[in-house]
Parts: sequence; C-alpha cells; structure tokens
Amino acid sequence: MSAALVAGPALAALIGFLLPYRARRMAAIVGCAGGMVVFVAAVIAFFAQSADRISQTVATFGSLTLRLQLHLTTTASIVAILVGAVALAVQVYSVKYLANDSRYVPYVAQVSLFVTAMLAVVCADDLITLLIGWEVMGLCSYLLIGHDTSLPEAPRAAVKAFLVTRVGDIGFLLGIIVLGVGAGSFAIPDVLKAITDGTYTSTELTAAGLLLFAGVAGKSAQFPLHTWLPDAMAGPTPISALIHAATMVAAGVYVLITLRPIFVASSTTLLVIAAAGAITVLIGALAACVVDDIKRVLAYSTMSHLGYLVAILGLPGIVRPAALFHLLSHGVFKALLFLSAGAVIHAAGTNSMAAMGGLRRAMPVTFICMTAGLASAAGLPPFGGFWSKESVIGAAMHGFGDGTAGVVVAVSLWVSVPLTAWYCTRLFLRVFFGPSQTHRPAKQQHQGDPAMSMRVPLIALAAATCLVGVLAFTSRSLVEGWSADTIRPHADTTVLVVLLTILGCLTTWWAWRSDRTLDPARIFGILRPPLQAGFYVDAIQDAVIVRPAHRLSRLVRRADEQGVDGVVEGAGNSSWRLGGVLDLAHTGLARYAAIVVSGGLCLGLVTLAMWELAT
Amino acid sequence: MTAGQTLLVFLLGGPATCALLILVVPARVAGRLSIAAASAMFVVSIALTADRNTAGSGTIDPWHEINLPWIASLESRLHLGVDGLSWPLIVLTSLLVLCCTIWLASVERVHNVRALLALIFALQFGMVGVFLALDTIVFFVFFELTLVPMYGVIAGWGGAKRAAAARKFVLYTLAGSVLLLTGVMWLLVEAGTSDMPLLAERAGDVARSAQLGIFAFLAVAFAVKSPLWPLHSWLPDAHTEAPTVGSVLLAGVLLKLGTYGLVRVGVTLAPQGAKHFAPVLAALGVVAIVVAAFVCLASDELKRLIAYSSVGHMGFVLLGIATLNEAGMQAAQVGNVSHGLITGLLFFCVGAVKSRLGSGQLASLGGLRMSAPRLAAVLGFAAIASFGLPGLAGFWGEAFAIYGAAQHGTVWWWAAAIVAAIGAALVVAYFLRMLRLVVTRQPTAGAVGMADVITDLRWGEVLVVAPLMTAILLIGLWPGVVLDATAGPVKQIVEGVAR
Repeated sequence: MSAALVAGPALAALIGFLLPYRARRMAAIVGCAGGMVVFVAAVIAFFAQSADRISQTVATFGSLTLRLQLHLTTTASIVAILVGAVALAVQVYSVKYLANDSRYVPYVAQVSLFVTAMLAVVCADDLITLLIGWEVMGLCSYLLIGHDTSLPEAPRAAVKAFLVTRVGDIGFLLGIIVLGVGAGSFAIPDVLKAITDGTYTSTELTAAGLLLFAGVAGKSAQFPLHTWLPDAMAGPTPISALIHAATMVAAGVYVLITLRPIFVASSTTLLVIAAAGAITVLIGALAACVVDDIKRVLAYSTMSHLGYLVAILGLPGIVRPAALFHLLSHGVFKALLFLSAGAVIHAAGTNSMAAMGGLRRAMPVTFICMTAGLASAAGLPPFGGFWSKESVIGAAMHGFGDGTAGVVVAVSLWVSVPLTAWYCTRLFLRVFFGPSQTHRPAKQQHQGDPAMSMRVPLIALAAATCLVGVLAFTSRSLVEGWSADTIRPHADTTVLVVLLTILGCLTTWWAWRSDRTLDPARIFGILRPPLQAGFYVDAIQDAVIVRPAHRLSRLVRRADEQGVDGVVEGAGNSSWRLGGVLDLAHTGLARYAAIVVSGGLCLGLVTLAMWELAT
Repeated sequence: MTAGQTLLVFLLGGPATCALLILVVPARVAGRLSIAAASAMFVVSIALTADRNTAGSGTIDPWHEINLPWIASLESRLHLGVDGLSWPLIVLTSLLVLCCTIWLASVERVHNVRALLALIFALQFGMVGVFLALDTIVFFVFFELTLVPMYGVIAGWGGAKRAAAARKFVLYTLAGSVLLLTGVMWLLVEAGTSDMPLLAERAGDVARSAQLGIFAFLAVAFAVKSPLWPLHSWLPDAHTEAPTVGSVLLAGVLLKLGTYGLVRVGVTLAPQGAKHFAPVLAALGVVAIVVAAFVCLASDELKRLIAYSSVGHMGFVLLGIATLNEAGMQAAQVGNVSHGLITGLLFFCVGAVKSRLGSGQLASLGGLRMSAPRLAAVLGFAAIASFGLPGLAGFWGEAFAIYGAAQHGTVWWWAAAIVAAIGAALVVAYFLRMLRLVVTRQPTAGAVGMADVITDLRWGEVLVVAPLMTAILLIGLWPGVVLDATAGPVKQIVEGVAR
C-alpha cells in the first residue's frame, strides 16, 4: 500500500510534466486520478491496519548501507488520508479555478509532485527518504507560489519561501548527519533504538534535536523562520490550501510527532520548541486580527494553529495523540477556508476585505461552508476544531503544565483563544455582512457561488469539518495512542475556553456594529501598524541577513576577480615582459616558455613551502 | 586478445580514428558519421561492465587490461585498464561527447564544423586515455594531450576574447603540469617503477618524507586542473569564452581529470602524504564552496555564473576526497559523475538561451517561462539538480561529503561539515536568483529579443538534454549505479591510506 501511495501521485506527476501545454483535459484527469489513488489507498491502508514496510538498498558508503524505506504506520495512514482528501479537493477545484491559466498543465503536475513528496515524508522509515520528500516539497512550494505570471511579487515570494525554509534545512541536514554518524545507519528504527540504547552522548542528542527543529521551524513557519508564509499568499489560492492543510507546514509538525523520542531526549530542545511555538502562536493570532488581505488572515491563522501544536510538542508527557488530532482537524478546516476564500476572491475580484461585504446573499453555499470553517477554527462546538483544540489545551493543562515551558505555553494558548475568535468573527462579518463595498463594473462580477466542480470540494470539506470529531472518536481504537484519555475535551478547561471564545466573538461584533463599513481592527489603535507588519521580523531579517549577504557577495567577487586572479594575471604579465627581454629569437615562444616556467616555479615554491611545513 | 581488451582498443582507437576520418569525409555526412561513432563509443563504454575480472586482490584491480612494452629505458609500459573507479567517468565522457556531436550536427551551426568535431574526438582520445592509464608516465602523456585540442576549441570557436582566455587556460594548466611531471618522476625514482598497480603495492615502502613531497607536487598539479581555490582563476575566463561544446567538455570531463588524478595517482600512490595534507585540502575545498557561492550571488553573466558554480561543486568533491574515508570518497566519486552530467546540461541550456537571445547578461534577461516554457523547464531542472536537491544526482556528492567529514568527529572536521552545509544553502540562493532573473520575473523593458517569437526547445535540443536529464534522475534515485562500481576500489584506497 505504501508503494501505491507514493508511486501513484509520482506517476501522475511524471505524466503531467511530459504532457503538452494544450492537453488540459488529460492533465486534469491524470491529476485528479493521482489524488484519488492516494485517498483510496490511504483509507484502505488505515482500515486494513497492515503497517507494511518496503526497503530498497540504493548504495553503499563504506560501512553504511543506504536503504530507502517506507513504513505505513496508523499515524502515517491517517495523515495520508488527510493528504489524499485535500489533494483530491484541490485538484478538482483547480480545474475551474485555473480555467483561464495557460500554465495549468505544469501546475497540475507540480501539485502531484508536491503530494508525492509529502507522502514520502509521511511514510518515510529512514531519514534520507524523509529528507528527499522534505526538500522536494520545498521545491514544489517554490514552483507553485511563483506560478502566477501576472503577479510581479510572485517570483520573489517563491524564492523567499524556498530560501527561508532552506536556511532551516541546513540544520535539518546536519541534524540527520549527527544521528546517522552516531547510529551508523539512517533507518529511523535504528536511530530510535540507538537512543534507547544510549549510543548517543547527551550533547549529540541536544544538537541533533535543535538542528532538526531548525528544519521543522522553517517548514512549519515557526518563529523566527515564519516570514515566508504570509508572502507565500502570492501563490494561487488552491495552493495555499495545499500548503497549509496537507503538505509543507503539516510536514514539520508531523516530523515532531514521529521523531518525538529525539526531541524528548533533551530538555533544552523541548524548551526551545515550546518557546518558538508559544511566540508563533501569539505573533500569528495578533497579526491575523488586523491584516486586511483575506488570505493573509488565514495564513497568520495557520501560523498560530501550528504554533499550538509545536508549543505542546515542546512539553514532556503524552501530547502526541492530541497534536495529531488537531493537525488533522486543522488540515480539514484550513483547506475548507482557503478554498472558500478562493471562491470569495473570484467573486469580489480582490483579496482585500475592505472591498468585500454583504456577500452572503450572492453566494449562499460559500457562505455556509466558510461559516463552518470559521466556527471550527474558532473552536465552537460541535465543529471539528472544537474537539481537537479542547484536546490540545486539555493535554497542555493536565499534568504537563508545570515548569517554565508549561507556563509559557499555557499563557500563549489562553491569550490566543479570544484572539482566534476575534479574527474569525472579523473575517466572517467583513466578508459576508454589512454593505457591499465592491467597486467593480457589473459585467466583470462573478455571478454568486462558484461552478459545481468548485462547489463540491467545498461542501465535502464542510461536511468533513462537522464530522471530524465524531469520526475521530469512533475510530479511536484504530490509531496508536488515541484513547478516551488522550483525545477528549476536559470539562474544566472547556467551559473557560468556550466562554473566552464567545467573549472574543462578541467584542468583534461590538466593535463592528457602530459602523459596518469600517474595520473593527481600528480599536487596536496605535498597535495596528506593528501588528500588520508582523512585528517587523521581516524587516529585521532583511537588514541583518539579506542585505549584508549581498554586500558580502559583491565584496568577495571583487576580491576574487581582482585579488586572486590579479596575482595570476600580474605574474603572467611580468613573465611576458621578462620573456620579451629574453626573447632573442623573436618567435614569441620563449615568452610562453617563460610564463610556464615561472608559473611552474611559483607553484613549485608554494609546494615546497607546504613540504617544509609538513616535514 | 580477450573481448575486454578488444573493447579497450576500440575505446582508444575509435576516437583517434574518428578524429582523422572526420577531416576527410564530405561535410554533409560529417555530422551523422560523428553521431554514429560517438554512439558506438557510448555502447562500448557501457559494455565494459560485461565479463569483468573481479577476482583480483591488489589495490588496483582492472576489470580488463592491456600491458605492452613501451619506453624500456624508463621501464614504462603501455599499461591500460578499466576498473570501478575509472569506469563511471569513461561512460560520462562518452555520453557527453555523444551529446556534443548531436549538438553540433543538429542544433548549433558553427563554421568549419569538421575541424571542431575532429578536435572533440581528439579530446575524447586524450580524456579516455587518462582514465585508462595504469602507468604514471602514460597518465602524464594523456593528461597533457588533452590540453592541445581544448586550446584549439577555445581559440578557434570561442567568443570575442577567446585568444586571451585560451592562452591563460593553456599556460596555467601547463604550469601545473610541470609539477605533475616532477611528482611522477620523483615517484619513479623513489619506487623504481611507473606501473600504478605495482606502485600502489609498494606505497608503504616509500619514505614518509618523500611521500609528503610527492603528494604536495601532485596535489597542487591536480588542484590547478580541478580547480581548487585559489588556483581556479583560469576557469571562469575559459568558460566564458569557450563555445558551448567546449564548456560542456571542459566542465564535464576535463575538471574530473584533476579529481580523478588526485585519487588515482595522489592518494593511492602517496597515501601518507594524502593523510598529512587532508585537513588542508578539506579547508580549501570548503573555502572554494563558500567563495564560489558568494561570487555567483553577485555574478551578472550567465555563463560566468555556471563556471564559478563548478568551482564550488568541485570544492565538495575535494572535501569528499580529503576525508579519506569510504563515505567521503564514495561521495566524491558520485559527485564527479553528477557534476559532469549536471553542469553539461547547464551549459547546453545556457548555449540554447544565448543562441536565441544573443546575450547572457542577467540584467537583460527575464520571462523565459513565458517565451520558451520547455527550455525554461529544462534550465530549471538543471539548476535544481545543480544545487543538490535530494532525489537528483547532485545530492549524494554534497550530503555524503559532509557526512564523511562529520565521521571524523573532531572540531576541525565538524567545522568543515557545517561550513559546507551553509555553503550548500548559499548555492540554492544563487541558483534561485539566477532562475528569478532569467526564468520567472517579468521581462524588463530593455530585454534583448524578449518577444514572444523565440522558439522553444527544438527536437535536436531535446535529443541532447533528454539523456542527461534521465541520467541525473536515475543517479538521483539510485546512486548505486555509480557507487556499486566504485565501492571496491574506494575500499582498497582507504585501506591503503590506513596502512
């Protein structure tokens, strides 16, 4: 099954890349079939509980035999179901969404490759397979974020997404190497066994954990490597759904879950993880409260939700089941929110919420679906987000909340609850209620709800987000670690969370009510600009890293071309003149001979100097 | 004569015959004839794996060999053979020569194409000779033999400043060769033979101090060729001026003569010297990676950028060799092959871009994905392969050179590993910058010939790039295709160093 999971979309990608650009219909069929294969295979694998393993030796590096291995655990197969479902929804949705796009065919192939890479990460049973999927995902995000040829900012945003995550991946690669060198193997079971056997020193484990987390922070957009995510909204909206729900950002948290023994082995690592998560929760939630671009609100919301997961995975104790649950339910409602936002953007012709308003009448289906998504994100019962968020907060509060990390995490979680409710309600009111703010000529306006092929994925995902809780509780026995203790709302925290959520919703409504054309975020006053700018982390990175790097590169280039090469040219030229003096035969040959001999002499002197030093 | 020996004769005699034959046949059949000949050579190079002798137990165990008397007074014999270390590079050479002949026959129109084809076959003769040589004198002779045709290719078909670039190339590398000859002769005097398998067995008998000197001479000579920073400055000029096929063979194969020589002659025959200088070599390799990346980040010309990127990639190969352990050495071998394929592909792409737009200035390019999407896709593929995306060929050489360095476990080697890993990220940065400027951004107002009328990838070009792309993907997913061959020799060499 795991072979079919990875090979299915891989084949779809390969065919897609070879298709001519005009073969839209064929590309659509192949792409949707790829998504379908993943979904069906994952569902079968989940219920069959087969947990099969494949292993293929690809090379030997001395004593190290490198095997690429896949292993379909229950955790893997349930995440694969999410990936398949979202991929299928995105492929079906994109057929109409990109109907007028001349580069639709490569787009579909890239989506298939993206899904392949994510499944390689999900099913990986060795760190090299994991790394392959991990990096190919980075590539796909780059290709797809930069897809739109008419957006001048898209190429830059794409480069940023790849580079910022790649900076984290310096750590990820080195972390993998630390683990591989220590265990003499890259197979995950061998590495985990080496941890329990005490093969690694504690320094090695701390280093490996922190280095791996650098990669996770890049992929899952955690502070301080989160800056690519808001800019990545330059990509087509279905791609945002894919990146936020099923691939990229989910991959980071997934690795925190599957490789948890590595992170738990060092308290330093855990503390760093918890702190990064907690900071991200707050940055994300606060920025989502004030930005005007509907996609950026959702992007910051992703940061904050992923921050929950990272933060609680930075606590010791049994937090994996709850984190996995919220990862799944977040994936469903975030895919739903982005796809609905795509429909809204098509209808309004803009991303700016200031130019929307009153859309509930024109697009009732989108309205209902998006409402379900927002309620789930805010954590209102009985939607999926409620059950999973309660499990997360419960897991954080009950027994694992002592120590500095516990307090930091708890504070960030509690503060973010009303903020989440605030930004969800704000989006809801600004887009669907109040007077229409659209200034487009009537003939350009889209007529209401999107076409059927876009509506079906919305309805399916909306249904799923309503049912996620029920589905999770009924299939509890099938997932490792899921039980009545680990995933359930805890009565004491639940009451408080629901009260805070309602408080957040009411505050928004109160701020909005006085003038329905104005942004309720105006009550943030002077805090608004820094929040909109994401606390200037971007500007700081630009000033501290990006610009100095460019200056340095110009400097190095000058030094290399004029310094190193200058010496060579100078030596050549002076030999040339020397050769001229010696050149009695006037053939020119002596000059070349002089250059060669003196060049050889120079190099020879260097060599002798080396030898002298050596002996 | 065994079948294997026949193949070796074909492998050397074929290109030599073609080089002469191509000059006398009519111009209109020259292209087709050269493609047929190069294809035959490629098949022969693959066929070398058949029926191979794997029974030997020495440090150098050729699969097939020819051993004839040659210069009696020097006790030098014409000893030729192929083993796991040289075989991947021989296949690489034949594949790239085949691509070059297709390119000249069906893509690029050049003046006096027969002469250029003849030079390419002469070059193939020299390069294959280096890889087959099992005698240090023979090695040296072939090593020098490659210079002449390459000089001709650059000086005859290059860009505006071709004369100066060709001169610099030939004089600089010739200066390096002086040291190679010194090293080879010193070794001959010390060990009393120039036969490599014999030398490898007697490596322990040569005094340590002599080994240090010999290795120093050899290392600097090969460092010029590879090229290792700071002896690299002939390379950007040569590449910028060379015609497309010249750049492809220069980066694809000629640089490998340096790294191959360093392993086959330097490390194998003077192991104590290698052991002593390894930390220095590693440091220089790492500096090359970082310096080249920064230069590329500020580069403003497409071909020069690719040329400098080679300096960085060869830095990874040298780091791998310098580790002197099996993981790093294996990484260097696969790195050699993948760099040859990837940089060859990059230079073909750049040639295609420049022939369409007449310029390689980054400032004047843009929007290639709109005007020529297929060509843009191939260029993109080559770039991502070059920055070592896992799953493509470039990854193994980089990641396992770092792994090999980390295996040493000391602060020095960990520092090398970390700087190399940071360098690998910088490589991504400059390739993405290049792709943004050439492929994805909107064409600038003053862009040269950026109208919609430029042709996308032509069939001739597809025939050139398709085999290279396939090979890059194949090695990316199954590095064993190279590493299974090199594993045996690498093991022997590493044990030789440890002795």
